[in-house]
Formats: sequence, C-alpha cells, structure tokens
Amino acid sequence: MTAAHHPEILLELRGVHRTHGGGAAVVHALRGVDLTLRAGELVAVMGPSGSGKSTLLNIAGGLDSPTRGDVVVEGVALGSYSRTALAQVRRRRLGYVFQDLNLIPTLTAAENVALPLELDGLRARDAREEALRSLEEVGMQEVADRFPDDMSGGQQQRVAIARALVGPRRVLLADEPTGALDSETGEEVLAVLRRRIDAGAGGLLVTHEPRHAAWADRVVFLRDGLVVDSGDTGDSEAASADLGEVATA
Amino acid sequence: MSVRQGLLALLSEQPMYGAQLRSEFEARTAGTWPLNVGQVYTTLGRLQRDGLVEADGEADDEGRITYRLTDAGRTSVGEWFASSVSPESTPRDELTIKVALGVTLSDVDVGAVVQTQRADSLRHLQALTRDKRDAVAKEDLARELVVERSIFATEAQVRWLDHMESRIRRARRRTTTPLADEETDR
Repeated sequence: MTAAHHPEILLELRGVHRTHGGGAAVVHALRGVDLTLRAGELVAVMGPSGSGKSTLLNIAGGLDSPTRGDVVVEGVALGSYSRTALAQVRRRRLGYVFQDLNLIPTLTAAENVALPLELDGLRARDAREEALRSLEEVGMQEVADRFPDDMSGGQQQRVAIARALVGPRRVLLADEPTGALDSETGEEVLAVLRRRIDAGAGGLLVTHEPRHAAWADRVVFLRDGLVVDSGDTGDSEAASADLGEVATA
Repeated sequence: MSVRQGLLALLSEQPMYGAQLRSEFEARTAGTWPLNVGQVYTTLGRLQRDGLVEADGEADDEGRITYRLTDAGRTSVGEWFASSVSPESTPRDELTIKVALGVTLSDVDVGAVVQTQRADSLRHLQALTRDKRDAVAKEDLARELVVERSIFATEAQVRWLDHMESRIRRARRRTTTPLADEETDR
C-alpha cells in the first residue's frame, strides 16, 4: 500500500494471540489480531462480551502481554523493553481511561493529575503546572483543589481523563469511558477525547454503545478473538485504507 | 403528520404568506421535510375550506395573500401539541423482512447479513454524529434535535442487530431447527 499521505502510525498490533490456561481448559482470547492506529484517528472496538475487546485493550496498553505477536508503540515493540522501561512507556506515552475512575481520594484533582508526572521524576511545581493545563483541557480547572468526594461523577471522570491525557501522551486507550455517566456528560467525555485526537493523538475506544462508537473514525468488530470487520471503507477522511487489516475470519 | 399541523403551528405565531411559511417550516425543522410552494398553497386552501385559517386582508402588490389562524385553527394547534403522536411502529421494513426470511432459508448466512448491515448502519451513525457535533458547535438546536432523532433510530437498529445476532447464535448452537420469530418486535 502507499503510505505516502497516511499520518504516522502510533500503535500497531501484529498477529496478536492471547491464550489463557492450557490443555483442555485453554481459552483463546485473541486469535491473531492485526490493528493499526494512526495519528488523528479514533478507532472504536466493538463486539459481544467475551469477544476479546478488553484483552485487546490491555495488551495494546502493555498491561498484559501477547502469547504470540507484537505490540508496537510509536515504532518500538513493547516486547523489547525491560520492565522498568515498559513502566516508563506506560507513564509517558499511553493514556488510560477506564470505567473505574481510580482517583485517589486523599489527593486533590490537581494532585491526582500530577501524580504520574511526579512518579516520572518531574518536579512538583512543573507537574502541577502541567496538571492544571490538562485540567483546563477538559474544562475542570475550577475543581483543581477539590477532593474527589467533593466532585460530581462527571467531574471525577473528566479529572480521570485529564490524568490520562497529562503530558505528551499520544496513544489513548479507553474502556467504556463514559461508564455510568448520564448521556450528556458521557458525550462531553467523548468530546474531550475527540479534541485531543484531532490535535494529533490516536485512540482506541472499547464500547458496546453504538452511539459512542459513532464518535470514532472507524469501528473494528471482534468476534471470538478475531477481527471480523476492520471498518475500513477507503472513503473515510481520517481512516487509513490499510488492507492488511481486512478480516481473516 | 401533517404539513397541515405544521403550517397551523407556524401561523399561531404570526400571520404569514405561502412562501414565508415554506421557508420558516424548512428552517425550523432543519430541512428534514422539504416542501414545495404548490403543496403549501394547496394545504392553505384546504385549511381555509375547513375554517382553520382565513385571509388576513387583501393580496399585496405582488399578489401574495397573508393567512392568519381562526379560533378553530388556534384550538387545533393547541390540541396537536397536547396530544401524542402514535407510538406504534410497524416491523414491516425491508431489513426486518430480510432477517426474518434469512433465518428460515438454509443457504443464507444471517450472521453476515447482520454484520454487513451493522457496519453500514454504524457508518451512517458516524455521519450523523459529525452532523450533530456541527449543529452543537453552531448552536443550531432545531437541527441538533432532528439529527438526534435519527441517531436514536439508528442506534436502536444497531442494538436490534446485536440482539438478533446473539439470539441467532444461541439458537444455532442449540439446534438446527428453524427459529421461531419470538424475538421479532411486534
């Protein structure tokens, strides 16, 4: 294929397999998944429960390792990193937005957002500055000094997103990020993700909500650990026409 | 609906002539129901016959007649907004028929039918979502509501497809007997 005018590839899954257990009880969660995520692209991943969506996201984010195949983040295979280096990649390049907010209740919004930067060795003052910028990006600067308990669910989720986005991360991984939010707040969360992606990041969004998947540039369908439709039509503006991704099922 | 009720509703705000009614109707419903001027005048003629509107004075220099509501017309507008639109929807659409027939024919891969439709419906949903974001950005509330209506309808279709798919898979696993149509909405 011609790569000439395609935006840069941020994340690639190459022939990814993941099996759990062994012998008669072996479960094939993923059975050879190829997926390419480019800058400026939001890709939704859909499929019935047990199709491998969450496994795919965990593997893409280096939280789980493939049994076979490679995960390549910004040109480097995750498998080639040491544990420490992998942890650093997770802190610097990958942003996770999960359904469980996991904000630390004894830290303010700004402290929660600054935490990954401080863990990464940034000075407290610089980390706070970055955190405030990130909170502003999600429209939450006014709750910077509040504790999670003093915020609404929607505010907490947006703070969690600010934390996922803080710093120069360009690969965003979201698993049902709108969780239990009402539909309007849920859409605001998607709008925040979308803006960051339009500004040059890339995102994988696992969801079972068609309405949320519709915010993506393309939709990948998983079925029994296989991609059955990669959503490439060749006519979408942002989508890549990566023929390598066409279903093998 | 009726274009009738739509025109009456607009006239409840102020008297208007045909071309004005047409452009107001289209602007306020985000072009979702295009009208031609002939249709507007025919409808106005019937409304006049039925005593719901009347001419508001003589024709102007350009021969345009302005119409206003009668008391009966005003009552009709009130009743229209106060009553519900029939929530009954018929499952007699092409996709329903295709899936229903597909499950009874042994050489049709209904799973593939469902996936083809779902992928296309999701692309449609993506286009609608872009449209909605644009409407929100331009603070065009009427257009946003109209687009949202289509979003809900398409979303419902995708959910129905998801449901059908898992239902069919379950049925296929259990038996090779053709499905009963217990899942079809009625």
